[in-house]
Amino acid sequence: MNEPLAITLQVNGQSHDIRVEPRKTLSDALRIDCGLTGTNVGCEHGVCGACTVLLDGEPVRACLMFAVQAQGRQLRTVEGLAREGRLHPLQQAFIDNHSLQCGFCTSGFLMLAAGTLENQPDIDDAGLREVLSSNLCRCTGYQNILRAVGQVRDSLKTSGGGR
Amino acid sequence: MTGSHAAHPSSLREGERHNGDTNPRRKVVGQRVTRLEDPPLVTGRGTYVGNLNFPHQLHMRVVRSNYAHALIRSIDTAAARAHPGCIAIWTGADVADIPPITFRPTSVQGLEPYRQYILARDRVRYVGEPIAVVFAADPYTAEDIAEMVTLDAEELPVILSADTPPGEFAPGLSTEAVIMRKNFGDVDAAFRAAYTVVEVDVQVGRHSGVPLENRGALARLDHSRDVLELYGAGKRPHAHRDAVAALIGRSPASMHFYEGHIGGGFGVRGEIYPEDVLTCLAAVRFDRPVKWIEDRRENLMACNHSREQHHVVRAALDADARLLAVDAKLWHDQGAYVRTHGARVPDMAMGTLLGGYDVPAYRAIAYVRMTNKTPAATYRCPGRFESTYACERLMDAVAEKFGLSRIEVRRRNLIRKAQFPYPRAMDILDHPVELDSGDFALLLEKTLPHLGWDALQAELAQRRANGELVGVGMGFFMEKSGLGPVDGVRVTVDIQGKVQVVTGASSIGQGVETVMAQICADGLGVDYRDIKVIHGRTDMLEYGIGAHASRATVMTGGATRIAALNVRRKALEFAAQHMIEAPVELLDIVDGRVVRTDRPGEPGIAIGKVAAALSPSPTSVAFGTPGLTAEGWFETAGLAHPYGIHTAVVKVDPDTGQTIVERFHVAYDIGCAINPMLVEGQIVGGVAQGLGGALYEEFVYDERGEPLSVTFADYLMPTANEMPPVEVLLTEDAPSPNNALGMKGAGEAGITGVGAAIAAAIDDAIGMPGAITRLPVTPQRLKAILDKRAGVHA
Amino acid sequence: MKPGVFSWHPARSVDEAVALLAEYAPQDGRVIAGGQSLVPSMALRLAFPAHLIDINGVEELARVRVEGSELAIGACVRHAAFQRPVEPGALGQALAQVVHHIAHSPIRARGTFCGSVANADPASEWCLVAATLGAKMIARSARGTRVIDAADFFQGIMTTALAEDELLTEVRLPLLPVGTRAGFYEFSRRAGDYALAMAFVCWQEVEGRMRDVRIGTGSIEAQPRRIAAAEALLEGQMATPAAIEAGVEAAIQAVCAAVDPLEDFHTSAQYRRDLIGTAVRRAFSHALSDTARQSP
Repeated sequence: MNEPLAITLQVNGQSHDIRVEPRKTLSDALRIDCGLTGTNVGCEHGVCGACTVLLDGEPVRACLMFAVQAQGRQLRTVEGLAREGRLHPLQQAFIDNHSLQCGFCTSGFLMLAAGTLENQPDIDDAGLREVLSSNLCRCTGYQNILRAVGQVRDSLKTSGGGR
Repeated sequence: MTGSHAAHPSSLREGERHNGDTNPRRKVVGQRVTRLEDPPLVTGRGTYVGNLNFPHQLHMRVVRSNYAHALIRSIDTAAARAHPGCIAIWTGADVADIPPITFRPTSVQGLEPYRQYILARDRVRYVGEPIAVVFAADPYTAEDIAEMVTLDAEELPVILSADTPPGEFAPGLSTEAVIMRKNFGDVDAAFRAAYTVVEVDVQVGRHSGVPLENRGALARLDHSRDVLELYGAGKRPHAHRDAVAALIGRSPASMHFYEGHIGGGFGVRGEIYPEDVLTCLAAVRFDRPVKWIEDRRENLMACNHSREQHHVVRAALDADARLLAVDAKLWHDQGAYVRTHGARVPDMAMGTLLGGYDVPAYRAIAYVRMTNKTPAATYRCPGRFESTYACERLMDAVAEKFGLSRIEVRRRNLIRKAQFPYPRAMDILDHPVELDSGDFALLLEKTLPHLGWDALQAELAQRRANGELVGVGMGFFMEKSGLGPVDGVRVTVDIQGKVQVVTGASSIGQGVETVMAQICADGLGVDYRDIKVIHGRTDMLEYGIGAHASRATVMTGGATRIAALNVRRKALEFAAQHMIEAPVELLDIVDGRVVRTDRPGEPGIAIGKVAAALSPSPTSVAFGTPGLTAEGWFETAGLAHPYGIHTAVVKVDPDTGQTIVERFHVAYDIGCAINPMLVEGQIVGGVAQGLGGALYEEFVYDERGEPLSVTFADYLMPTANEMPPVEVLLTEDAPSPNNALGMKGAGEAGITGVGAAIAAAIDDAIGMPGAITRLPVTPQRLKAILDKRAGVHA
Repeated sequence: MKPGVFSWHPARSVDEAVALLAEYAPQDGRVIAGGQSLVPSMALRLAFPAHLIDINGVEELARVRVEGSELAIGACVRHAAFQRPVEPGALGQALAQVVHHIAHSPIRARGTFCGSVANADPASEWCLVAATLGAKMIARSARGTRVIDAADFFQGIMTTALAEDELLTEVRLPLLPVGTRAGFYEFSRRAGDYALAMAFVCWQEVEGRMRDVRIGTGSIEAQPRRIAAAEALLEGQMATPAAIEAGVEAAIQAVCAAVDPLEDFHTSAQYRRDLIGTAVRRAFSHALSDTARQSP
């Protein structure tokens, strides 16, 4: 009944062959079986958003999916944002704007923002605020997060597109 | 106790107090430089304890009481032990040799009987109290097994409020643990002579820090050194290491606490919790690494709660609305046990209730009462969020009584600049009170135009004329930071010219590494990015104060500065004698190079070369101790007291009772801001938590003591949507005379006055002065206040 | 907060899903689609299904399409699909208006319309819409297919007319005629939280009068429902803004008299009653505003 299933997860363009019980959440599978601990677990009931990853380009809560459900889908986590040692514009903007303190919510916000800007490059400030209120942060008061994401949205628009 | 003590700070010569450091260079101090801490955190390489693993580790899961108050008849572990994945189960009997968790030294008597054992023995006193632990190879199995353990208990009556008459904690022992008193001046005479008396009766709801990372610990016995390692420590690694070592019977030297990344502290993490001790004990007894990570439901019912206090405060006033005396009573809901913080929270609440006001006589009584709820302790700005709320509600009531503006009442009563340093003849936490420096009048003078006060009043008047319920409120506060008495730091320059600063501070996300690097950079003369700051490592520095009470910047910063200056002096003296042949007065370190100030064009010598030359050799031994390294010890003459004004603009929806905070302003004098960007970050973050406590966050219990706020769907914290834009006005008009840079702390300034400011703003919006007495102001409660005024549902 | 043990049964077709449900429903088997409600309850160990029949891979269930005079919403259609109107008429507009109140975007990316309906949480926005518009629920089991009217479907808190072995394959909503006015309002502590009260209203204007007035209330009782007494007060009355405003106040009185709100530790029945009055008023107000108007 609880026998582990052999599955393959595609994460950041790489294959991970793992064996997991059906009940293992996607967040735990990423962290434990794939060794990708950048995705954090804050509540395990889908409210805080610290576990946000991209599933076929859409921000989703990894704690609300079972790893077995993610087979055949393209997953992206925070470990996949930087390319060849170059930080993603959002990562740099978070540093420049002091958008993190303890950093625990940061991975989730970065993936939420990355997915949102890729899917809705023309999102306005009100829309950004609505999306970014999906996730909780206990340290920063959000102001600097909003500013950083808005800056990246603006700079991507002027430079004519995403990565 | 009176406030006199042997060596009053101002009696020390300037040079002595500042170790000869009278004109500090500020090249990177004061700059908004980006943080050294950030790169691993934005790339998903954080080392939070949940990310750490050792081979062959056991996972520990706590079984918790589902009764609020009961006598334990039995704990049935038979079914759990039969689970094939069950490696071991402990109940109270298995850890009977471990004494209860200690609290820090305190002069308050009588708290010992209220301490908590790491696993309940004969009785449980709150839902969530650990009654057993199970051990398995993975966390899923551990949870399955824990679910199979059942508690058979005989229910006892519950006490759920500090206001109800005390009951029995144990046979012969009252739930009123202690009554604390503070007193100076002749309060009764002042009340007899008063022109009038004003009283407020207010309550702050139970809420707490709730960091985004749940608690966790990973313990491992390293046989190569016979050292027990604990990962996941935070806040006070050294003190806690010593305490846990004593509890489990090891020497401090045979235990090391390591602090990696921590997902928020806020005063609630890094306490000595039963789970921390159990993890360490298990690692020793099983001789396997043991990992414990709580889940959110556990966190909300077992991590320290805070804030629940009921204040009745009376003021005696003269005809000019000047305070003659304040008489305060407070009922403090301590929860089920007294843990590591003893009675610090009610002590601080009583001690800081007078805020920044000039009050000649004061009496405070705190009834510290045990209840059948999660134990309560410190949460960011402990006791002071509560006392500031009570005091500011009182001052608003004074304004209403006299028909004065709320600001005018403050003007008449705030301590004037000339009165500093201002002693109060009482102790807080066994330290005499002396407010070091301040200029509220100047801060207010800057705040009002920065707010656009006149335009704001006009705008509010216009909107009210249009039927909106809008208002503005303020909270004035005096903070406390830089709790000493001493801290020490070691600074070392390696042969490549890179610098290592070893501190006993703790990083809980506040940027302590960057701040220390900035201070060291200016003291030494190097780039702050060439500095690595070590923290939270009991194996690298024998002593440490951790991070709490907004002390790191002041204390560790003070010590860092001294150590950096000591290293600088050593480098220059050695270079002058052995490397450059120039008088030491002509040498300086600029951008990491020892240079001659009289020959600006010359390249000088890289500081790494000086370090290399100081490697052990007859020359370096003859010079002094080898290595370009030095310690710095900083002793504070007293606390640093930053101060500020919070202003909130709110709109109330009368149909739902919903309050929207449209704008929030923080004016804050910090003495010297090492990194203004980080200070603002602390402030805005603090405002968010304060807003949560004022409007959203509350730990609610039903009539049986069952906690109802056990998920994030019930315990509501502000999101980006609930946060108003926060404007920060930072000033440096009243530097602390107690350290060379004049620093004061910033960790708690954003939160202190938020409850007061929002309550005042809501009163203003609904036109009912004094209506708000209880936090949080939920929509249902506010609607009830409005309905009562309208005579609806009478 | 790890879920208990279960066996996972991914289905690739509706027939397979129905067969799996027939086999496993008697053994504590349940359907999982979006999982945004089910997985948290499993994490909290409030639900511990021994078998999960996963329908996320059933492509034919992921379709939302107009069929005749109805919008047919398959079981795997995500909330997010409604963010842009799924059909060009008033119904598409109305659904797009409502969807932004559902949780937050990452939840909407996975959660499903039909999952929300089958879950029957009193605070579910789609349940309110379904009840107000008189939706038809298509339920399939090994015993066949049946259509359940909304009026019969919602039976209490988290309780529906579905048998344990029935899969809700589709919900059908009636398309709304051109010129329909529709408005939605919900009150919650924070945006995205479960509503404490919500109202969904719609009507048509025929020859200057209000026709087919529907007033639905949700979140205040065990299930959403239309308030007939309130609707009757507005049915046939003049459709001018002033008349509507006056009529709405009378309708609100009727709503408040008709409802029997839940009372729990946090929220009193009286407060819920006050809130529903406000919700109805604001739903009408939103329906009357220009942005809500569906032009011919």
